[in-house]
Amino acid sequence: MIETVVSIGLAVDEKMIIKKNRLQPANLKGNEKRICIVTGIHGDELEGQYVCYEITKKISENIQFLNGIVDIYPALNPLGIDSVHRGMPTFDLDMNRIFPGSENGAMPEYVAAKIIEDIDGSDMCIDLHSSNIFLREIPQVRISEHMAEKLVPYAKLLNVDVIWVHPVSTVLESTLTYNLNNKNIPTLLVEMGVGMRITKGYGDQLVDGIFNLMKEMNIWIGKAPVVREPIISTEKEVEFVNAKSSGIFMPCVGILNMIKKGDSMGEILNPLTGKIEEKVISPCDGIIFTLREYPVVYEGSLIARVLGGLK
Amino acid sequence: MKKEILFTLKSPNRDDMRIAGYKFGKGDKAACIVGAIRGNEIQQLYTCSQLIKTLTKLEQRGAISKDREILVIPCVNPHSMNIGKRFWTMDNTDINRMFPGNVEGETTQRIANGVFEQVKEYAYGIQFTSFYMPGDFIPHIRMMETGYHSPSLANLFGLQYVLTRKPKPFDTMTLNYNWQLWNTSAFSLYTNATDQIDEVSAKHAVVAVLRFLTRMGVIKYNSHSGYIASVLQEEDLLSVKTKAGGIYRRLKNPGDGVERGDILGEIIHPYEGEVIEQVISPTDGIIFFAHTSPVVMENVVVYKIIRRLHE
Repeated sequence: MIETVVSIGLAVDEKMIIKKNRLQPANLKGNEKRICIVTGIHGDELEGQYVCYEITKKISENIQFLNGIVDIYPALNPLGIDSVHRGMPTFDLDMNRIFPGSENGAMPEYVAAKIIEDIDGSDMCIDLHSSNIFLREIPQVRISEHMAEKLVPYAKLLNVDVIWVHPVSTVLESTLTYNLNNKNIPTLLVEMGVGMRITKGYGDQLVDGIFNLMKEMNIWIGKAPVVREPIISTEKEVEFVNAKSSGIFMPCVGILNMIKKGDSMGEILNPLTGKIEEKVISPCDGIIFTLREYPVVYEGSLIARVLGGLK
Repeated sequence: MKKEILFTLKSPNRDDMRIAGYKFGKGDKAACIVGAIRGNEIQQLYTCSQLIKTLTKLEQRGAISKDREILVIPCVNPHSMNIGKRFWTMDNTDINRMFPGNVEGETTQRIANGVFEQVKEYAYGIQFTSFYMPGDFIPHIRMMETGYHSPSLANLFGLQYVLTRKPKPFDTMTLNYNWQLWNTSAFSLYTNATDQIDEVSAKHAVVAVLRFLTRMGVIKYNSHSGYIASVLQEEDLLSVKTKAGGIYRRLKNPGDGVERGDILGEIIHPYEGEVIEQVISPTDGIIFFAHTSPVVMENVVVYKIIRRLHE
């Protein structure tokens, strides 16, 4: 059942409509659990499009196994997705920095408030992101330290490779995930893949995880796939590798590769002089869970994250 | 006057990005003025250029106080300005959401760090800045309520209004907020333009800064003593929002007095030319902010009115 979450009239003969698809059993008892799958808050992050499609398709084809309510929100920033804008077009604003929004606020804040209002009351939310055009991420759940105890057990069900428990940051208090968790709706932020692309393998991996989570929550009573055991960052340090030079980055490693401290990760090249500006070296033993996808780098550009440093 | 390059960023293929500073006087770090941090802040750049021109003359006349140093940084982001982008050229991040920066971090964190290291020990910090919504303000001083802010000092600029507001999570990464945390008395000065130059408003801003510096004993400059400011809080402003999208006809300007029931604007059907909505003032007051774009969406703030204040 397609429903409208919020609708805003645009200037010239168009409405911006955020829609969701509600999937539910034919006969409701009134005590069903509800899960929300939201994505597309950044218009250049598309991995969630395939995930939404697959979940909707699989549930629709096996609706007899559905024992709860599944709300799918494929496009929280429809103008951005359809115009290759990361932020909200016309406002040049990161939509994930305006939550919880306000009913009486400016248009983006109003939209944010309506999204929260619609999700409110659910038992679980998955907020699906896909990095940006610069970095590729292996499927991972990111959890703020203060929520780790509550959320890590759910995150382990999602069939991701890594759970990254990171320090609390004030600026993240404006995100959808933070605000839903603050309202006591367990919300898992998933990052995977790369901006402007869809990685089918990652999508399939996460779809399996979401069905496994729904099975645990008794929202899905069909078979659940076997899921992998993630690496959790509380046991190891995440080391950042930033470019020390500007130029063109050519990697010699792949994402998910195991690497040793001092190993080469690639080179930053100068196409004009034909010289190597920098040899990029791993700072620790570990696994590469973030790797630069976009070759042009400035000093400071993030090249990789390696999970494995000593705590 | 002494021009210094405060920070240099090497670019893969473009010329280096240089952040230039102009120093006047010698001795204690008295005042720092920062202009355009965003690439579309042309008015802020222009205002700084006029300030530098005036301070150069004042210094030649011996009007900079003994043992007082002033630093002016007209542009923190020439790379974006030169290609017509508001935010950072590569990843579209906002340098004014990266303070205090990180010398080991991402590119824009390094730029912010490079700037902050130069500006952080001044007694007074003044930033010419702009708003995220397209519109015009009455020129005013804006301050965040950090506990370190001082509206009485802000009054010494002699502008009509001082606005204080509670910081939101994303404000904690701005230059203004971090200046305050580092014991600089920080002020954001809004003129009534951003992408275009408004000569009159720029001149008022320059005089306001010179008036403030004179009153703080940093320079000697005789000027009109300006206004005793009305100190407002963000909550004192009433937002007037549209109920329809279309072509927008603005009927009032910042500074205009209005009465409850006055027609402030009209929204015209984009194809048929009929007025489909009149924007009506819900209160007596003075227009503080007015939307500028010729088109408008539904639910957009087109005016902010200072309630129950008369001309």
